[in-house]
Amino acid sequence: MRKLILPLILLVIFALMPLIADLVGKNALQTLSARILIYAMAAASLNLILGYGGMVSFGHAAYFGVGAYVVGILYSHWMSELPIFGLIPGTNQLLITLPVAMVVSGLAALVIGALSLRTGGVQFIMITLAFAQMIFFLFVSLTAYGGEDGIIIRRANEVPGLNMRDKTTVYYVILVVVVLYFAWLWRVVNSSFGQVLKGIRQNERRMEAMGIATFRYKLYAFVLAGMGAGLAGALMANFLRFTSPDMMHWTKSGELIIMVILGGLGTFFGPILGAAAFLILEFYLADWTEHWQLGLGIILLLVVLFTKGGILGAFDRLKGGRQ
Amino acid sequence: MILFLEQLLNGLQYGVMLFLLAAGLTLIFGIMGVINLAHGSLYMIGAFAGTWIATQTGSFWLGIPAGLLAAALIGFVIEATVIRKLYARDHLDQVLATFALILIFNQAIVLIFGRQPIFTPLPEALYGSVEIIPGLFYPPYRLMIIAVGLLVALGLYFLINRTRIGMLVRAGSTNRDMVRALGVDVRLLYTVVFGLGALLAGLAGYMTGPILAVQVGMGEEILLATFVVVVIGGVGSIKGAFVAGIGLGVVDTMLRAFLPTILRGFMQPSDADAIGASISSMGIFLLMAIVLLIRPKGLFAVGG
Repeated sequence: MRKLILPLILLVIFALMPLIADLVGKNALQTLSARILIYAMAAASLNLILGYGGMVSFGHAAYFGVGAYVVGILYSHWMSELPIFGLIPGTNQLLITLPVAMVVSGLAALVIGALSLRTGGVQFIMITLAFAQMIFFLFVSLTAYGGEDGIIIRRANEVPGLNMRDKTTVYYVILVVVVLYFAWLWRVVNSSFGQVLKGIRQNERRMEAMGIATFRYKLYAFVLAGMGAGLAGALMANFLRFTSPDMMHWTKSGELIIMVILGGLGTFFGPILGAAAFLILEFYLADWTEHWQLGLGIILLLVVLFTKGGILGAFDRLKGGRQ
Repeated sequence: MILFLEQLLNGLQYGVMLFLLAAGLTLIFGIMGVINLAHGSLYMIGAFAGTWIATQTGSFWLGIPAGLLAAALIGFVIEATVIRKLYARDHLDQVLATFALILIFNQAIVLIFGRQPIFTPLPEALYGSVEIIPGLFYPPYRLMIIAVGLLVALGLYFLINRTRIGMLVRAGSTNRDMVRALGVDVRLLYTVVFGLGALLAGLAGYMTGPILAVQVGMGEEILLATFVVVVIGGVGSIKGAFVAGIGLGVVDTMLRAFLPTILRGFMQPSDADAIGASISSMGIFLLMAIVLLIRPKGLFAVGG
């Protein structure tokens, strides 16, 4: 029962946020809340490989961006009514674009993961960064899709029976997708697959000695993480009604790692708290001074040097419980 | 042919610049086991401090010691306050803490100097261009950079291979724990290595000033390329940093110079320029991916 308290509180807060924003007359709160939901999902997908699997991927924003671009490209072809390569028609149906975004970003993760996982340590960090940069520059070069400027999506994708022109409706669609994602992730983390993944982080050689083909497990997790980030990116494209290569810049990958660390590495709800902490900090610091990154840098440095286990870890220590 | 030679020299100049940064980074990596993303910030600090002194005094040459000193000083400070705490941590903490340093230094520079790029004045003697071989005119300043880079490489070679401290550095990058077990003051060695890396980064930063704009974010642009050099060359290997630095500098410059022209042969000029520029930017990362797939530890991997 106690395990359910935190997720229920979070769910109630996020579900009521549009009402609260209305009450206090600050629309920005709903926008902030939606961004937190989407980034929480992206950070959670990274947490699967980073926190549970111990793979320091420094290019996770690439899959986020690929997911966003799937929505953008499908939309621009739907607008122009020209099929992609003369074969695949564009679409503006959310129920189609989201799965396609997941498949495409999953395929990207499959290729990149299969190559990158042959290395380890520093080389793994750098090769994931390198692949992400290649994807970044690939989209910068796609002048047909706006190049550096990206694609403007005039209207959010349609869902039959819903009025997606209404921002609050879009918000609740995002909330539903994110809740479903976390429910699915809960099952993954607590499955035997999740246990193997944690075992690999602790001691890969031991898992191999137990007869487990660790490469396949790591690759599978890498692909699942890429798909999750792609789904989050697709939601972001719908929410912002815009995609650009900026979404997959390497500093964005750094920000996703920061969110995971802030929340607490390898904790289930950590990414939600981490994303919230990061974005709220950004929101208020940026409001207060244009040099908000200075404050962010100092806080981040202190967190890394002097705390272990991020926000959730700090809570646990306050309660006197063990981590 | 003349154009090709000119681009070759440009590539060489970019290559020695990458080497100056990569040499420090690879030693810090190899000996201390620290991933220092803030190496680009030291490069930026060297550029800003040197340029500021140069514009205040009107002398390009006074900027050199200023840039070196500032970078080394900041290097010592962050080594003593932050990096030292990271030796025993895993890579993730190192990446995050030094990423935080980037944010801090970038904003500090914005606060002090603003966002506008500033330019380093060149000494009169280095203006214009000289004719190296008949028909090939080349700016003497860039020639000077190449010369300085090669001199530093030579100096490092002697330092690493002929001196006592160099011996410790070599031993440290091969087997850190053994050096410590043999009673060497590792902490001092670490500080020296980090300071040396900072010094080289500051030198590279100041010398780039007259060619590129000195501005916030200049560190990150070159940081990624430097990491590519370090990883391709093999972590901890100065020789690797030299070979990979020059190699990547030339490949990158050649791609940027000639790829758009080649692409123009079979597509719209505007598309060719955009696609050519992006593929050239991808070039070094593609090269790194290929090298790592064939040799997962880099070209000149040091054991240990």
